Amino acid sequence: MYQINSERNQLVVTKLTNQFTEAIESNEIMADMLCISIKKEAILQALLFLRDDNELQFNFLTTLCGMHYPEQQQLGLVYHLHSFRNNHRIRIKTTTDINDPTFPSSTALWPAANWMEREAFDFFGILFSDHPNLKRILNVEEMKDFPLRKDFPLEDQTREDKDDRMFGR
Amino acid sequence: MSENITHRTAPAVAETPEGISGQGFFATSIEKAVGLARKNSLWPLPFATSCCGIEFMATMASHYDLARFGSERLSFSPRQSDLLMVMGTVAKKMGPVLREIYIQMAEPKWVIAVGACAASGGIFDTYSVLQGIDRVIPVDVYVPGCPPRPEQIIDGILKIQELVGNEPLRRRHSKEYEELMKQYNME
Repeated sequence: MYQINSERNQLVVTKLTNQFTEAIESNEIMADMLCISIKKEAILQALLFLRDDNELQFNFLTTLCGMHYPEQQQLGLVYHLHSFRNNHRIRIKTTTDINDPTFPSSTALWPAANWMEREAFDFFGILFSDHPNLKRILNVEEMKDFPLRKDFPLEDQTREDKDDRMFGR
Repeated sequence: MSENITHRTAPAVAETPEGISGQGFFATSIEKAVGLARKNSLWPLPFATSCCGIEFMATMASHYDLARFGSERLSFSPRQSDLLMVMGTVAKKMGPVLREIYIQMAEPKWVIAVGACAASGGIFDTYSVLQGIDRVIPVDVYVPGCPPRPEQIIDGILKIQELVGNEPLRRRHSKEYEELMKQYNME
């Protein structure tokens, strides 16, 4: 697994807290990686800071994906950042109310975010303001639902001849 | 002590259809002659998307050898093939592609759906998978199995051959056929 670098982790937390204070909601080590929750309002500035800070240099966006918390009525995003210079990875999380599923787009920071944000839109219905081309990327364009939301029924709605018992239901 | 090897000097290529034969001539209906020719020289177009495609490769290879049934000439252009073999899971996004390929094929054309996925979506009871290719194109023969063994695929081909050999020449101009095409929004 990925080696925990406590010094680096501490540095990231300190720097972010100094810069953004109350916008940093929490930080913890999850699955061998530092995970920081940041308020949606500050997310873009925080990502920019992480990318451009001389000591941190998180120059690479490894992945970005959507989340759905049905109990909290929330949608969220996870960013995996990687600093090539420091051989350091962190995870950034941010959430929003399901009735206001808009996040600022990070395509201006990392062009790689373009398709990843389209995927998050495709599967979770998360909207990105200022995204250059926000349309479905993997599913058929006629699709109306967002299939990875937890309230989306697992089985295909167009099936006719399938017995639920054969599918363990 | 070597065994005697006997060669068949006149291997049966295809069964002779009903007809009248005499010295130096053989007469049968044109329908039967055309059917005979078509069924023993099918050009399949393999549309292999997953594991059933691997079984099909085994079917084509020397051990099972589909060439024995006159179908060794695969065509990778839909315009030059008679038999569309759909083998594997077809995603909903692939549906229009499959339909386009079917439309590009020249009449007469047949379709065989190999495996549970092509026939019904199979285990992929999910938002992204087409629940059977018969939702986008008409299918002549379904081969069950997940994946089916090469023997089953050959059996499916033989069923297709039966259909091809016995198809009336007027079928593609019949009202029923027209209606079938209309069901799929094709001309």
